Amino acid sequence: MANYIPTTPAEVQEMLGAIGVKTIEDLFAEIPPELRLQGDLNIPEGMSEPEMTRKLTRLSQNNETVDDKVCFLGGGAYDHIIPAAIDHLLLRGDFFTAYTPYQPEVSQGTLQCIYEFQSLICGLTGMDQANASMYEGATATVEAINMATAQTRRNKILVLTTVNPEYRRVINSLNTPLGAEIVNVPFEDGVVDPAKVHEMLTDQVAAVVMQYPNFLGCIEDIEKIAEVAHEAGALAIVVANPIALGLLETPGKLGADIVCGEGQPLGIPLSFGGPYVGFLASKKALLRRMPGRIVGKTTDIDGKTGFVLTLQAREQHIRREKASSNICSNQALMALNATIYMSLMGREGIREVAGQCFQKAHYLKRELAKVDGVSFPFTGSFFHELVVKIPNARKVLGKMAKQGVFAGIPLDNWFANLKDCVLVAVTEKRSKDEIDNYCNLLGGFING
Amino acid sequence: MAEPLIFDLSKDGCRGFTLPALDVPEVDPADHIPARFLREELPLPSMSELDVVRHFTRLSRLNHSVDIGFYPLGSCTMKYNPKVNENMARLPGFANLHPQQPEESVQGALQMLKTLEESLAEITGMDAITLQPAAGAQGEMTGLLVMKAYHRKKGNHKTKIMIPDSGHGTNPASCSMVGYEVVNIKSDPRGGVDIEDLKSKLGPDIAGLMITNPNTLGLFDENIGELAHLVHSVDGLVYYDGANLNAIMGWTRPGDMGFDIVHLNLHKTFSTPHGGGGPGAGPVGVKKHLEAFLPNPRIQFVGKKYRLQTKCRESVGPVLGSLGNFLVLVRAFAYILVNGREGLKNVSAYAVLNANYMMQRLKKTFDLPYDRFCKHEFVLSGKGLARYGVKTLDVAKRLLDFGFHAPTVYFPMIVEESMMIEPTETESKGTLDCFCEAMEMIAREAAEKPDNLKNAPTKTPVRRLDEATAARKPDINYFQKPE
Repeated sequence: MANYIPTTPAEVQEMLGAIGVKTIEDLFAEIPPELRLQGDLNIPEGMSEPEMTRKLTRLSQNNETVDDKVCFLGGGAYDHIIPAAIDHLLLRGDFFTAYTPYQPEVSQGTLQCIYEFQSLICGLTGMDQANASMYEGATATVEAINMATAQTRRNKILVLTTVNPEYRRVINSLNTPLGAEIVNVPFEDGVVDPAKVHEMLTDQVAAVVMQYPNFLGCIEDIEKIAEVAHEAGALAIVVANPIALGLLETPGKLGADIVCGEGQPLGIPLSFGGPYVGFLASKKALLRRMPGRIVGKTTDIDGKTGFVLTLQAREQHIRREKASSNICSNQALMALNATIYMSLMGREGIREVAGQCFQKAHYLKRELAKVDGVSFPFTGSFFHELVVKIPNARKVLGKMAKQGVFAGIPLDNWFANLKDCVLVAVTEKRSKDEIDNYCNLLGGFING
Repeated sequence: MAEPLIFDLSKDGCRGFTLPALDVPEVDPADHIPARFLREELPLPSMSELDVVRHFTRLSRLNHSVDIGFYPLGSCTMKYNPKVNENMARLPGFANLHPQQPEESVQGALQMLKTLEESLAEITGMDAITLQPAAGAQGEMTGLLVMKAYHRKKGNHKTKIMIPDSGHGTNPASCSMVGYEVVNIKSDPRGGVDIEDLKSKLGPDIAGLMITNPNTLGLFDENIGELAHLVHSVDGLVYYDGANLNAIMGWTRPGDMGFDIVHLNLHKTFSTPHGGGGPGAGPVGVKKHLEAFLPNPRIQFVGKKYRLQTKCRESVGPVLGSLGNFLVLVRAFAYILVNGREGLKNVSAYAVLNANYMMQRLKKTFDLPYDRFCKHEFVLSGKGLARYGVKTLDVAKRLLDFGFHAPTVYFPMIVEESMMIEPTETESKGTLDCFCEAMEMIAREAAEKPDNLKNAPTKTPVRRLDEATAARKPDINYFQKPE
């Protein structure tokens, strides 16, 4: 049923004539008969556009969205307000149907957007340089670790157990094949004691990986941890939430050598996990270790300002097996999404989003404290996400969902010692009414 | 006039978006967070909504794109991206799902993913698919990790992967990232793998062969059955780089050719937009004996419900923090539904027809190093223009003046001054003719007015850029001027 092929039957005959064959099949003649597919592929016949639309719409309606419910889920992906203008700009075919800017003279739009993205990420994180994007947060962290092992020529990595456990699993899958030895540093009271990191550091440690705010919502003392890492000659890798950086000091000022993370909070729909955008930024000394594409500003032969892919001697299409990474396709369109978001929100807007997240999460905590049976296992500072202990948490979460609230993520998925503990995120999108309703419902289910 | 940077368009006091007013009682962050963790400066721009919309609209107009014109970038499969797929990716029931929602609330999404897995398994002739990898290169890495896990389980001590010298740059880079050494295999005079060279390098240390078929010359390797057999004879595995699947869909399948592992680029073959460099999706398919090693979680259908199975003992583990680039997968699924079995076979039929039509015409003007039927793309050489002091790069730049994107140039490296042309099935004969005319005119210009090529482009938003200075004194961050 596809109508994406414009060639008419008459043109086909003309083209076959020019080639000097009778049928299109003749062009496949060199595929040995025993390798040819006999008969048709066992997939359904094509559909018309409206039929397909109906089918997929029905399938999509078999999901409950964060708009059908009220979403207090976080854990690395957050339900923020997204300005309408973003999607209109992303839908411009000039952006989304272009490819990697291999011919810079006809790709200045994409190139300048990437330069702006790199600069915004640097401004947000306090780093000297950023690349054009990585796949998402977990793989950006994997690449940060690769940078550190290459730079230090050491192979041990200390990963705080307060780093997103999904990231830690990806680190185990992707960093260990190259010989990295991953050592987990335990936490106490929701954060890792810098003294514990100090104790575990040796001259074999390439980097300490920490998260800011950490997976449990707490604000880790990344400054002290970076300091002890540096004393041992290791690099400090900080996985940061970009929205939190609207309120929190830059990891750069606190001593980070590499900052990476998930850009989804910057105006990207939750999308059941992707496509998102990873960001990766570092201090100057690590420039030649950076993976992926980097855009630089330059001039053309008439002296006009323009942008190009630069420092390509690091990349796979030039260096092949000696490249700093194998990444080719990245998440350019999602980086553009984040760039437009940061431009629209701007300095005041990002500060306000961060501020409202902080205020609403702290309001929730104050209100929850009034609910009998609820407790807070950790005492430290937090931004917009916190751990709440609820009797029979999984059962209560199920009941909350039935009442229209995705109330949190059960932490015993990953932490055996955090039974009945739930990770709750509150963004600027949640209203006071929704938060009050959350507390009332929860109180009812715990004590009802 | 160049378009200013957002930082230069910034005006204090401007706002591009207004949030609902804060409706909870406020507390002072300084009472809750130590002062050293609170930031003062936030160097972001301040712009109005209209200024933002105009800035990015104006920037978009500086791009070439498939929606504007022909984009014959070889091996990138720049086909038309159907508009309806964008609508499907924006259905609230797909776009507004949190990755940590309870399984019972995402049954439609999981069903879509499982059905897509089954369709891709059928198209490639494999037994099991993971949709997790975010792009082709990540698919390669995933496939190689599966290979490594297989050899580890069997107690094989394998250290090397064979890759033809025409392979994509990501192939050797991916091998390095999983700790395999690369052994380069030569091409034979017909452009296929040199079997004798492969035999001479075959040994117990060979973990596998990584190959694109049709290869980057656009040529189908008829010996693929024998190659697979040879590699299997030392208990190596055969890996299919699916970058060029657009050539063979519905005609032959990697699984039937003897491949054990396949990755696909949904942003090439299955029409999902390239987005200026991404996002893509790089699913990996394997034969039954490798299924246990695929990344977890796996999607299963048990007791009338879709579930995520994370306890897979032999799995290489997750390679991404989510189930994949989900909305890219939605677009690919929509594309498969619309095309169906006949449509997909036609995709490859017309892609191959278009490429051969152009090749027959252009070989009269440019050198064609491998003169045999191509599949979805072909490689010309610009070496014949050297006598006019003109290079392939100049041809590429001159094409921009004619409103076309250039082919992939200087790849594959085994062809001198190469131009790799992939028209795809979605281009009309009229477009192909126009492009061929431009190429012929450029060849005439090379002889008569070579400066037209050397000075090209002149009609683009900027002209040739100083890449040397860009690399020597990198200006890659607005806030930090180059030294």
